[in-house]
Amino acid sequence: MADERVVGIDLGTTNSLVAYMGTGPSLAHPGEPGKGVHIIPGEDGSNLVPSVVALQPDGQMLVGNAARGVLLTAPSRAVYSVKRLMGRGVDDVREELKIFPFHLAEDLMAGEVMRIKLGERTYTPPEISAQILRQLKRNAERYFGAPVKQAVITVPAYFNDAQRQATKDAGRIAGLEVLRLVNEPTAASLAYGLDKKQNGTIAVYDFGGGTFDISILRLKDGIFEVIATNGDTHLGGDDIDNLLVAVAAEDIAGDLKIDIRQSPEAVQRLRNAVIEAKIALSSVEQAHIEVDLPGGKLYQRTITREMFEQMVLPIVKRTLMPCKQALRDAELTPAEVDEVVLVGGSTRIPLVRRKVEELFGRKPHTELNPDEVVALGAAVQASILSGGTEETKDMLLLDVTPLSLGIEALGGVTAKIIHRNSTIPASATEHFTTGVEGQTSVAIHVLQGEREMAKDCRSLARFDLKGIPPMPAGLPRIEVRFLIDANGILHVSAREQRSNKQAEIDVQPSYGLTDEQVENMILDSFDNAEQDLNARQLIESRNEADTILTALQKGRKSEAWARLSFGEQRRIEDLENKLRIAVSGDDHNPIRRAIDELNEGTMKLAEMMMDAAVGSALRGKNMENTGVEDGPEAPHPIGKAEFQ
Amino acid sequence: MSETGTQLKVLQTRPNQHKCWSCGDMRAEHFCGECGHVQPALPTDFFSFFGLPRRLELDEAKLEDAFYTLSRKLHPDMYSQASQREQLWSLEKTSQLNDAYRTLRDEIARTEYLLSLEGIQMEEQSKVATEQARALGVEKKQTVPPEFLEEAFELNMLLEEARMGEVDDDVREQLDATENSLTARLKGLRDELHKVWQRWDAGDVSATGAMVDVLNRRSYLRNLLRDVQEVLG
Repeated sequence: MADERVVGIDLGTTNSLVAYMGTGPSLAHPGEPGKGVHIIPGEDGSNLVPSVVALQPDGQMLVGNAARGVLLTAPSRAVYSVKRLMGRGVDDVREELKIFPFHLAEDLMAGEVMRIKLGERTYTPPEISAQILRQLKRNAERYFGAPVKQAVITVPAYFNDAQRQATKDAGRIAGLEVLRLVNEPTAASLAYGLDKKQNGTIAVYDFGGGTFDISILRLKDGIFEVIATNGDTHLGGDDIDNLLVAVAAEDIAGDLKIDIRQSPEAVQRLRNAVIEAKIALSSVEQAHIEVDLPGGKLYQRTITREMFEQMVLPIVKRTLMPCKQALRDAELTPAEVDEVVLVGGSTRIPLVRRKVEELFGRKPHTELNPDEVVALGAAVQASILSGGTEETKDMLLLDVTPLSLGIEALGGVTAKIIHRNSTIPASATEHFTTGVEGQTSVAIHVLQGEREMAKDCRSLARFDLKGIPPMPAGLPRIEVRFLIDANGILHVSAREQRSNKQAEIDVQPSYGLTDEQVENMILDSFDNAEQDLNARQLIESRNEADTILTALQKGRKSEAWARLSFGEQRRIEDLENKLRIAVSGDDHNPIRRAIDELNEGTMKLAEMMMDAAVGSALRGKNMENTGVEDGPEAPHPIGKAEFQ
Repeated sequence: MSETGTQLKVLQTRPNQHKCWSCGDMRAEHFCGECGHVQPALPTDFFSFFGLPRRLELDEAKLEDAFYTLSRKLHPDMYSQASQREQLWSLEKTSQLNDAYRTLRDEIARTEYLLSLEGIQMEEQSKVATEQARALGVEKKQTVPPEFLEEAFELNMLLEEARMGEVDDDVREQLDATENSLTARLKGLRDELHKVWQRWDAGDVSATGAMVDVLNRRSYLRNLLRDVQEVLG
């Protein structure tokens, strides 16, 4: 059990991160000794993995920075901000499609889960998210040198059932057991709570790349109890970028008479330029935009912070309504909130900070990196779930369901059965009966949302209660139990009480994948993942073998070689042959073993060569690491650096 | 049905006489006092869940403490590495705990819940009925408490007027005054409710009728207040 590491993942709209909370100081964050909770960097050393996925013509999937490059060169092969599409139907995203360069599959059937075109293939949003998750999983596995199978993944607090289910599906497809979905603002409060052990009311304002959440929590002796939450799952930095792109595109059309929309590559360049300007304007008063346009023209503009703030004010204002609603639901005035915490990259914008400060009448906390705090909190929750450390053992998160759960009643009205902001897990029991003599099934329409009419709420699923024993109308008494679990996901069970028969439930999720579909995707990707991993390890071990074999070639010509006994030379040659044979196979394990053996066997040779070169005794050297030790000054002829 | 009934009875007559499935200790109800394992969730009423008598006056601070203490022991977070069976029980127990706490900590929900245990359903049906009537655009058959009849008529005229045209200073002043008076009367009803609670808690079974009356009047005033606040923005 001890080596079952549970990681925390922030699967963001713009960037994704993986974090871990260790028990001992050995894994402590450099600079924060003993704290133990830290982000796991990727291969390139960066903490952030851009949530971009690209499909290469040779079928290889790229994730992160590598995929971001493809966005500029071949936009139709890359996709970003896919989180916006999770758990949504084609009709929901019509508006989105006008602004985002999502290319939907052409052969989509009504009622089918949406698929996105990437090059010549199509993928559902959970499959694309799974690619990002798999990259994070790999990063963690490389970091630990051990497999990672369990994770806590964060979701926007205001995500509905379908969006949560889609996220969980993505985890399964990526080969991760999702122990818990945690709401992003709540996760952030855990990360902050580690620092300040205190009681009081805090508000977490989480304005990210694609979503906005506000959560109000009461902290009491390690219990983090969410009192109210609100938000908008389609409001974030993306909207600011889109606005700036639209303004610039109009500008370009007016001044230079060029319709930039005709060139996806140019739009992408423009998007990058306005994002850079947006980021710059958080620290400087004005920024310059310069973009190459099709036809060799150049678009140039200077934008001041004042202009920027004027443009984005309406977007920032849209975050204030949910804040006020959450305060009303919590029955609190802004002054009763003790602390305000800012989370999400968009809270770096000075205007956002000012507006939050105005609303709550106090300076918000920004001590923790707003890009990393959610992932850190997810790692804290992961630690709690795996039994807790000294630091987390008294911490407990009590979260709420963000949206009311209802069923469609007579006249197309929503009858609410679990109200929003109810602590989860939460349940409700409803009774149904038949309207016609001998009726053996009853249809139930489950909804999520606050509106009075069913058609204005989100349709979660339609259930058919089947197998009801034929009885006169109104006589059967079917008890249906709705249970929202700690992930915010709904489960339904039913029983006909007169016959005490478990009624069958036929679930038709309105926007989700069926279990079978997810199962197939897991198999698909699992095969690929195994192959991917093997292929990568094979390549890495072959490269390493190449390095050591080439080094040995040089070593043979050295004086040191001549000083070895015949027996020693023969032994090294045997090991060398063994490695050459291993390299010709396609399993990395024998290659690794042979490398280790050859390294071991050439230890003496390496030391002698080293001694000869520097005239001083260096212990513990072997063929592989001689030369890399002292950088450019390393005098040894056998250097790994040469071959890189 | 029969199975459920039996379990419920057992729970009510011998609330603390459950044998722990894991170690056999007899004091186990939510979790075992000996070995700490979570116990299967049995059908229970919310008062029994907290080991409380069916009384309406209750110490809300104590209830909160009990909620936190039980949460720490029952919550699914504590069972994430446990057997599937225990995970399920923890989930069911915690949902019972949350449902019970949510209902009991709120004065109105608590009163309505007690009435429902006494076989008097009011909240849900009347609410769905209100929503249905609104959705279908028909007048809901609502029994206006007689003492409000005249006042309600005038207020509705005023609201209608305000919705049609502009809310001028004069109308706003009248609505503000109404808002204040409604708020004050709701507070009065709360005191009245507390008095009826005392009757019930002292063993007066007929207090349920008075409760229904207070709740109905309250719900009527709340609807008026909501309408006023909607117009005032």
